[in-house]
Amino acid sequence: MSVADLSGRIPNNVNLKDDKRLLRALESWQPKYIDWWMEMGPDGFQADQIYLRTAISVDRDGWAQFGHVKMPEYRWGIFLADREDGRKIPCGDHYGKDAWQDVPGEHRNALRRMIVTQGDTEPASVEQQRRLGQTAPSLYDLRNLFQVNVEEGRHLWAMVYLLHSYFGRDGREEAEDLLVRRSGNADKPRILTTFNDPCEDWLSFFMFTTFTDRDGKFQLHALAESGFDPLSRTCRFMLTEESHHMFVGETGIQRVVKRCAEVMNKVGPEPDRVRAEGAIDLPTIQKYLNMWYTSSLDLFGGEKSSNAASYFAEGLKGRFMESKYDDHVCVDGHYDMTVVQDDRLVQEQIPLRIAMNEILRDGYVSDCENTVERWNKVLEREGREERLYLPNRRFNRRVGEYANIRFDPQGNLISEHEWTSKRDQWLPTTADFAYVKSLMHPVVEPGKIASWIAPPQKGINNQPFEFEYVRK
Amino acid sequence: MAETAAKLPEIRFGRRPESYVHWKLEFQGDVARLRMAVQEDRGLNPDTVLKLNSYDLGVDLELADAVQRIRFEHPEVRCLVVTSVTPRIFCAGANIPMLASSGHAFKVNFCKFTNETRLYLEDLSAASGVRTLCAVNGTASGGGYELALACDWIMLPEDGNTAVSFPEVPLLGVLPGTGGLTRLVDKRKVRRDLADVFSSLAEGVKGRRAVEWRLVDEVVPSSQFQAAVERRARILADESAQATPLRAAPGVPLPDLACERDDARDDGGATTFRWAHVTMKVLRGERRAEIEVRAPESVPSSLDEIRAQAAGWWALRCFRELDEALLQLRFNFLDVGLVLVRTKGEAAQVIATDELLQEHAGDWFVGEVRHQIRRVLKRLDVTARSLFAVIEPGSCFAGTLFELVLASDRTYMLDHPDEANHVQLSEMNGGAYPMANGLSRLDTHFLGEPEKAREALSVNEPVDAATAMKMGLVTFAPDDIDWEDELRLAVEERSSLSPDALTGMEANLRFAGPETMETKIFGRLSAWQNWIFQRPNAVGERGALTSYGKPQRPEFDWRRT
Ligand SMILES: [Fe+2]
Ligand SMILES: [Fe+2]
Repeated sequence: MSVADLSGRIPNNVNLKDDKRLLRALESWQPKYIDWWMEMGPDGFQADQIYLRTAISVDRDGWAQFGHVKMPEYRWGIFLADREDGRKIPCGDHYGKDAWQDVPGEHRNALRRMIVTQGDTEPASVEQQRRLGQTAPSLYDLRNLFQVNVEEGRHLWAMVYLLHSYFGRDGREEAEDLLVRRSGNADKPRILTTFNDPCEDWLSFFMFTTFTDRDGKFQLHALAESGFDPLSRTCRFMLTEESHHMFVGETGIQRVVKRCAEVMNKVGPEPDRVRAEGAIDLPTIQKYLNMWYTSSLDLFGGEKSSNAASYFAEGLKGRFMESKYDDHVCVDGHYDMTVVQDDRLVQEQIPLRIAMNEILRDGYVSDCENTVERWNKVLEREGREERLYLPNRRFNRRVGEYANIRFDPQGNLISEHEWTSKRDQWLPTTADFAYVKSLMHPVVEPGKIASWIAPPQKGINNQPFEFEYVRK
Repeated sequence: MAETAAKLPEIRFGRRPESYVHWKLEFQGDVARLRMAVQEDRGLNPDTVLKLNSYDLGVDLELADAVQRIRFEHPEVRCLVVTSVTPRIFCAGANIPMLASSGHAFKVNFCKFTNETRLYLEDLSAASGVRTLCAVNGTASGGGYELALACDWIMLPEDGNTAVSFPEVPLLGVLPGTGGLTRLVDKRKVRRDLADVFSSLAEGVKGRRAVEWRLVDEVVPSSQFQAAVERRARILADESAQATPLRAAPGVPLPDLACERDDARDDGGATTFRWAHVTMKVLRGERRAEIEVRAPESVPSSLDEIRAQAAGWWALRCFRELDEALLQLRFNFLDVGLVLVRTKGEAAQVIATDELLQEHAGDWFVGEVRHQIRRVLKRLDVTARSLFAVIEPGSCFAGTLFELVLASDRTYMLDHPDEANHVQLSEMNGGAYPMANGLSRLDTHFLGEPEKAREALSVNEPVDAATAMKMGLVTFAPDDIDWEDELRLAVEERSSLSPDALTGMEANLRFAGPETMETKIFGRLSAWQNWIFQRPNAVGERGALTSYGKPQRPEFDWRRT
């Protein structure tokens, strides 16, 4: 087991104090990171005491130390999952050979690209969420937001550690650029479109942490199967944090749905009457779901991808739970993909490696189905007939085979005319956004909660809901 | 692998802006905008999908046409902005699946044409004073960046993403062969070590570093990009107006070239193209083509008359027709190896035309016609077919048309005792039509005997076969008894030699004299590219080009040659 060093400025289990070169590089990056955090991190809460979890080691209880801290003083550390002796490259043409402990020269650029793309999403989401603190529905939710934010910050540290340790000058420059790009800024946008979309209300935040962080989960799983061992170990530890982010999102929506169901039981299902009670009506929840889910689907990239094929072939990125597959080389197999040809949907056989993005997306889709199932359980328990659903993966896409072609949420090809006439039933309208925004008022009294969301079943770290999760 | 040209419906060459598929050409005062908008599913080969603004020959034919229209139809234009309509994507270069599935001969001819088009873009600036600005408004990789390199000024948005790149070597195992490598170090004078790094880095270079490395001229924040492009276009247009104040409206419309085509079945498989001043007969069975260029029947008497004739003026029309004949040969008749070039008509009319070309060189339209003739002659120079000029009584190899003799690999002139047979030089042979090496064909012809070039230019009258032979202007001058046999034997012998060896031999012999960026592009870069295109490391079963987009990884034969 690796030994955690908590004495230095940067808590870590990578023996930083003995690697002077790396220590110097990270220590010179740290102040720039703090500057970024002060400028782009949670707006208005930097001086408050937040009840946060801090990772101090990678064993079971080490990464869950709780206490009140000021966010800028949060101890962002570098933790990698423990090294597995004799780990082999899990997939591709080098399958079964020793995993790389250093970056192979021929894969340097591709790996750097992958790490930068992943790393860019971490600060991006902090930027997208930076104003949400001002309208949190409860102190409990406020704390959860900040927990997610500081951990995204730590994920950035994890990627920067890889860039600094293994990619030389280029890596250091990329690490700086990660602090220069800004979500939604046309002049220096974040790399992926979804991470430039505004996330301005809490319904969006919960959808984002449900669907977009879940993309993160799948990407991290795929990178955890990398033949480049330091990347694999970094991502395995990040996954432990990612699951909390999805918990925040999924239970958040659960509570919104619960509140909606309670109100429907009282006044009936008509959206206007639900809204009159200060809750969010189910059609609006569905539309938000449609928007964030489809935008997150885009993050997996094109359905047919020669980049994905070469990443897999080179052993840089595997599949979700690679070890559960029988064939780890995938030279011969095919994948049956639905594609559009001459305005019809037809099946096409795609070489397996070319379909790697889609295979990863398959896992994601079924994970999301389970989530929606759990939300529907809430409706069921409340005695409601209404149900939420996951739209077809072809619906509303901006990337890949289905981009710029019109589909309904069931995945049927439709005309532009039909799209225009039904779009507002499927995706949030300006009026929907405005309504949701009108509900966004801060509730800062311990134990109190906003009208549009039910309280959680239990608090954080066995604390009650009334606990003062955020102190002035 | 089957030759693409054989699989495809025959390629047609005429294009008109109204029916461009892949580009939008717009004019606003003295600035023209040419915006790429490649229609994925409208490639020449219906099976290729032209993703991400990647191009095939059809896309490039429109580009070449647009440049030509600006020269002749829009003399008011002083700056051309080349950009794309697709957000975040400028151009991904030549379409890879199209290249991978094309036969070698087609691939080489495709690249040659795209090379010529990029040079024409540079010529638009150098010869016609239309400054060119490339607004690289998204990813520009491979041929996309090479297109930018052909412009005077390259602008890139600084958004942390948009890069210029040459992924050919690292991803495809081939070269950026459309002048890219040459223009990096020769034109933009990028340091060779940095060019080495850039050309092996698939993701390319962006932002400030792209300027520092001289890869682009200017980076601008995205939000100010459009405005900055407009400003820069204004500056370039004003600069051009000061430097070349002569081009002025109205323009000269370029109508389609009428051509009668005849596919005779009983003539050994001959296909004949008949334009107004040029006829090309392709004898498919004999792998030979015969081109006849005819002198004008009458010559305008003044500049006004020239302008009234416009695109119908012989000097322009004849060479537009010859240009199309060459493209026909290159793309639709890949196995024709020998071209016999003949002329017919009154030499005096050609000489009279030359006098007009000389006298009114200061007029923008006449100037453009001279440039057009120069470019067509260069296209002839780099056409990889054996060229024999055949000079018989009734021919008119005079002045501008004598360039056809000088462009040929050999010349046969009939020394007839009874019938007059002459060639004649004019001032136009003295440098009006420089070759890619920067010299006139005459100077290149007499590279070791410059006094003979001077002598030839000083003779202002027709020269008979014996004299031409003595002056070194022709290769052979058989008499009427030997003529038919000599010619037949020469043709038969030439047709029996290895086409590859001949291509190599001719390309090496045609361009004596100094190197220029252009000779390097056609001689060195293209030759290496064409070699790599043939090698198993690129196109073998596990070659890099073959493997691109497929699940397998390339495997190389590691031996360096
Ligand atoms: Fe993250
Ligand atoms: Fe996350």
